[in-house]
Amino acid sequence: MGKKLLLEHDHVPGIQGYEVYRQHGGYQSVEKAVKTMSPEAIVEEVKKSGLRGRGGAGFPTGMKWSFLAKPEGVARYLVCNADESEPGTFKDRYLMSRIPHLLVEGMITSSFALGVNTAFIYIRGEYYYIVRILENAIAEAYANGFLGKNILGSGYNLDLHVQVGAGAYICGEETALLESLEGKRGNPRIKPPFPAIAGLYGCPTVVNNVETIAAVVPIVNQGGDAYAQIGIGKSAGTKLISASGHINKPGVYEIEMGITVEDFIYSDEYCGGIKNGKKLKAVVAGGSSVPILPADKILTLANGEKRLMSYESLSDGGFGGGTMLGSGGFIVMDETTSIVENLFTFARFYHHESCGQCSPCREGTAWMEKILHKIMDGHGTLADIDLLWEIQAKIEGNTICPLGDAAAWPVASAIRHFRSEFEEYVSNPKSVKVVRHYDAMQNA
Amino acid sequence: MAKVTIDGRSIEVPDGTTILQAARMIGPEVAPPTMCYHSKLKTSGGYCRTCLVEVTKGSEKDPRPMPKLVASCRTTVMDGMEVGNQTSPKVIEARKGVVEFLLLNHPLDCPICDQAGECHLQDLSYEHGSSKTRTDFERRTFEKIDIGDKIQLHMTRCILCYRCVKVADQITDGRVHGVLNRGDHSEISTYIEQAVDNDFSGNMIDVCPVGALTDKTFRFKSRVWFTKPVTAHRDCEKCSGKVNLWYKGEEVLRVTGRKDQWGEVEEFICNTCRFDKKNTSDWTLEGPAHISNQSVISANHYEVFKKPTEFKLNDIKPLKIEEGSKS
Repeated sequence: MGKKLLLEHDHVPGIQGYEVYRQHGGYQSVEKAVKTMSPEAIVEEVKKSGLRGRGGAGFPTGMKWSFLAKPEGVARYLVCNADESEPGTFKDRYLMSRIPHLLVEGMITSSFALGVNTAFIYIRGEYYYIVRILENAIAEAYANGFLGKNILGSGYNLDLHVQVGAGAYICGEETALLESLEGKRGNPRIKPPFPAIAGLYGCPTVVNNVETIAAVVPIVNQGGDAYAQIGIGKSAGTKLISASGHINKPGVYEIEMGITVEDFIYSDEYCGGIKNGKKLKAVVAGGSSVPILPADKILTLANGEKRLMSYESLSDGGFGGGTMLGSGGFIVMDETTSIVENLFTFARFYHHESCGQCSPCREGTAWMEKILHKIMDGHGTLADIDLLWEIQAKIEGNTICPLGDAAAWPVASAIRHFRSEFEEYVSNPKSVKVVRHYDAMQNA
Repeated sequence: MAKVTIDGRSIEVPDGTTILQAARMIGPEVAPPTMCYHSKLKTSGGYCRTCLVEVTKGSEKDPRPMPKLVASCRTTVMDGMEVGNQTSPKVIEARKGVVEFLLLNHPLDCPICDQAGECHLQDLSYEHGSSKTRTDFERRTFEKIDIGDKIQLHMTRCILCYRCVKVADQITDGRVHGVLNRGDHSEISTYIEQAVDNDFSGNMIDVCPVGALTDKTFRFKSRVWFTKPVTAHRDCEKCSGKVNLWYKGEEVLRVTGRKDQWGEVEEFICNTCRFDKKNTSDWTLEGPAHISNQSVISANHYEVFKKPTEFKLNDIKPLKIEEGSKS
């Protein structure tokens, strides 16, 4: 069994409640932090741990924390990004619904480290049932003196609030999240200024993913150096992977970074191999926005070595031959999957979720969906494939926020690695359609 | 002070200047085109992406180039920064893409659009666009709606620059319109068909870079290039009273704010000046308005074309008229 830091006790009965959580070592990090450590020392430990943002970008958390401006007399905020909306990603949902106190504990410890007296958990509207779970946990933390005024007699005050979003993917972008939290339309802000300088209500703000905040707990408990020992190279620690698709055992797995992709897909400890003895065709390794890779490229690197589950190894080969760890939404596709149909689903999603602020994303996402729809309906031409390629190239990097990139990458990678399949759709629309309908009947 | 080099031409500007402002100081040849930025409106810009530029050198301290193209209207200069605009193939390519995106759902109804002749999108697509469209999908259309008794909104033409939203936020006493829906369903509208009714609402027309917001008192009265702009002023208790009157013959067809070299309003005017004062006797005339000789409006010969400096009269041989041909 691999090492577990976050989900060690996730199957203990009653772990959702304060008593059981406390018996299993809960809230030790808060005690250690407020009684024996200075805020600066905690930031230093997080820096040493090598923890990187678990929401997708993988930016070093300690560095993000050290950017936080600390002007005199101005409030600072910590916001937990629980707007987990990336298709294929459901690790935060699992963590929050199973061990809500771990997030609450992480929020308290992190807030203390950052000198924050008001913190927020911004959770997506679709997770309404988790709101209740979190609010219960927060109430228990208040009742036991871990939240509120004068926490554990240290003189440190913290209030923690849960705010429910209204259900928009874009509100997972940190500045759109802040706009939404302020009660405005969730449009991404134009950066600079970055939230570390002017975030929530114009005050310095840190926005961190649920898993990132939870990982602060073992870092404070064990020390940054011990945490850095886990994992491989610059990918320190463990990562929650949401495994879905054509695998025998879909679910959320905590892995120590550095295991091979092959192990992750085929070993019984994790995904347990491809369903129904089919062959692996492709994998989207980090949530719908990262480039899709065909079986041979996801399992092995260009130099013949096995690809590992880590930030570096997954992105080895750049965008031409690699992908990204992203948020850890691991979608496995077997040989029966149509890449074109899959891409259409993704394109429809990004079209639906574009905020419409900047022109490349607003118009481009809609255009790509229309063209893919046309190809699916058997009216596509070879020129449409080239056009798709050009549209994505003109969206990527030219937008206000990363949603444009997220919409462009799947299109680029699908055409790059599976161009023949698009050509098949275009050249033989009738046969493709028949096959599709036949398949659907077989599975029904 | 910071020294910035744009397309090989350098200028020293105060700290905090944006790349776009610095480029405009150098001159129109290096100034990136803009659609959503408006110098008189705070926080405008950043949406349309037409002013994207390539920063090839970040600054003297940190000479690394910026990884992505940046919106020049929202990026401040650093000392030693080097920027590629017209000289950067990446920028030209990206800008062409942006024009294509902006025109994707634009009706291209210029022949019947009141904005034609002074439309930024028309100029932009002429200068940076491609000569043919690559889409054969049905374009997005909306019904025209009247927002208030003097302004018509034709959302089909809108490029969502947010300028009218900023006008309502910053110079009127309350905004009742905004962007509804999201993605390519976004539309400018009033909430539940409310009327935009305040003293400065007419400025929304002036800042609209396309023909989405038009002056109902001027609709279909004339093509702009047949009207003659004259600068005029009056004592107004609400605004500066500095306007352009647009004449056709003896009649004032419309009143607008004065616009600068970049097509941006210099001083906002009130609705009384704009809609209710359409007699010459209401105004003190100052003279013909300054119109760039590149504008179609200058076809009315308000500005004498400048003679090329190298032009010498002696170079031209006088036409000889042969005596014999006279009879």
